Amino acid sequence: MIELEHVSRRFGDQLAVDDVSFSVERGTITVIVGTSGSGKSTTLRMINRLIEPSAGTIRIDGKDTASVSGEVLRRGIGYVIQGNGLFPHWTVARNIATVPTLLGWDSSRIAKRVDELLTLFSMKPEEFAQKFPHQLSGGEQQRVGVARALAAEPGLLLMDEPFGALDPIIRAKAQEDLLAVQQRLGITVVLVTHDMEEAIHLGHRIAVMDGGRLLQYAPPAEILARPAHGFVEKLVNGVDRPFRLLSLAPVSSIVEPGTAEGPPIAATATLRDALSELLWHQRDALPVASADGTLVGRVSLAALRAHAGAAA
Amino acid sequence: MSRIIGPLARLATLALLLALILKPDWFVPVLKPFTENGAPVIYNQGSLLSLTLYHLGLVAIASLIGTALALVMGVFVTRKVGAEFLPLSRSLVNIGQTFPPVAVLALAVPVVGFGLKPTLIALVLYGLLPIFENTITGLKEVPANVVEAARGMGLNPTQQLFRVELPLALPVILAGIRLSVVINMGTATIGSTVAAKGLGEVIIAGLLTSNTSFILQGGIIVALLAVLIYDALSILERRVARRTGRLAEVAG
Ligand SMILES: Nc1ncnc2c1ncn2[C@@H]1O[C@H](COP(=O)(O)OP(=O)(O)OP(=O)(O)O)[C@@H](O)[C@H]1O
Ligand SMILES: [Mg+2]
Repeated sequence: MIELEHVSRRFGDQLAVDDVSFSVERGTITVIVGTSGSGKSTTLRMINRLIEPSAGTIRIDGKDTASVSGEVLRRGIGYVIQGNGLFPHWTVARNIATVPTLLGWDSSRIAKRVDELLTLFSMKPEEFAQKFPHQLSGGEQQRVGVARALAAEPGLLLMDEPFGALDPIIRAKAQEDLLAVQQRLGITVVLVTHDMEEAIHLGHRIAVMDGGRLLQYAPPAEILARPAHGFVEKLVNGVDRPFRLLSLAPVSSIVEPGTAEGPPIAATATLRDALSELLWHQRDALPVASADGTLVGRVSLAALRAHAGAAA
Repeated sequence: MSRIIGPLARLATLALLLALILKPDWFVPVLKPFTENGAPVIYNQGSLLSLTLYHLGLVAIASLIGTALALVMGVFVTRKVGAEFLPLSRSLVNIGQTFPPVAVLALAVPVVGFGLKPTLIALVLYGLLPIFENTITGLKEVPANVVEAARGMGLNPTQQLFRVELPLALPVILAGIRLSVVINMGTATIGSTVAAKGLGEVIIAGLLTSNTSFILQGGIIVALLAVLIYDALSILERRVARRTGRLAEVAG
């Protein structure tokens, strides 16, 4: 768990971060979102002390981060930045081995870990381990950047616009990868973006910042349904709110007893997928199937409409 | 970064150089027209080979000292603590370059005596600038997000410098060293005026006896040495650049 208590950071006369407090539950993804210059990166970089707070306290698992040296702290926290920041003169394997090497792991353990991580990110070790970053595609570089951050098995991963430099298709894939890896490893993630869509898609909780202040800190559904007056409202109005709300919940959440004609929908699909299918097949209801293919009920247009309208 | 001479021309240059040093008599027919009154055509006051080796040794020592000094200064002024010394260091290094090496010799001899020492001082001062400036440029050109990543992974400042910044700046620093070495090759000839052994002796002997053949011999050997060393260091530089992925980026 990460706790920020009345944290501020001043650069000269400017308050880049102004009295920000929030806490992040272990094993969740928190997304900090806001416009350029709102203090997102500064907030993130204070967590691993790349920037020292001017005031306030930051605790990780109850321990004040100021009580250890910055370098020791950072070796225990994964860090991913936009444009990946891979070391261009090192192979993929050596890049991934950066922190384990600093921590003095023996070479067989490092080699094993590198293979493990490349495999986790669906990159064949024998094909990629000895390549240099400039021989990789943007998407591959990005994955190596995340693999490097996870190498020493940190419990916390900080990401500053990690997908900012990727094209939309690779970006969507990278987001899915992150969600999968986060769930599988159970790590805590704090991610910075200026893209509200990305925040809603990835975050268990979203922290909206503007002018150095934290305006609202809530789960995505709440941000969409009850945005704080002013800036957050404006930010949220920019995205298709009903569709966003639908994409946050699985079909299983509104499945009703009964049957319907047509191709079945997976219970794990999102409500947004269900709406799309209903519209496409021009039906008022479709059957819902569980993972093993047995029909468990139906999903109806009326139920979807009721769910999407909750915000209004 | 285009190669200045191809492999064949490189071999030919090397052959010519070796012939000039080891078998100077072969060149009597060519050099004969440059002598008058039956003066000796080929330098006869010492072994050309040993003078060449002395010359190379002198340049090597001066370049090593100069590189060490310029590197330390360049690294220092690009750190936070040393940033305020940048203008001062830059002025000093520039004076070293603009102050004529001959004048440095004249000033140094009364203090340190004749021979190797005043020559080394003159060469070191004269060769600092390109290495110093290239060290600064090379370090400043290291991509900001790479340094940020290094810091973010928990590398301490020393580890950042030696594992990330210097290796990435190396091709640019090497270019500075190459320039400095080539400048020193030529400048080292003046050492002979203060009795430092080197190829300058051949040229000065030619000047004293109005023997153009000697001057040509000394001058051509120095020039060929400079060309070959420039070429060799260029190849080294390309190797290093390719390894750091820089060249591939440029070539696309
Ligand atoms: N090292 C620094 N020195 C001086 N000012 C800084 C420094 N770092 C950040 N700032 C200022 O603090 C403010 C917040 O910067 P920060 O980088 O946290 O913004 P951000 O929300 O991450 O913006 P972006 O989306 O553009 O990355 C900006 O006005 C910025 O100019
Ligand atoms: Mg930022």
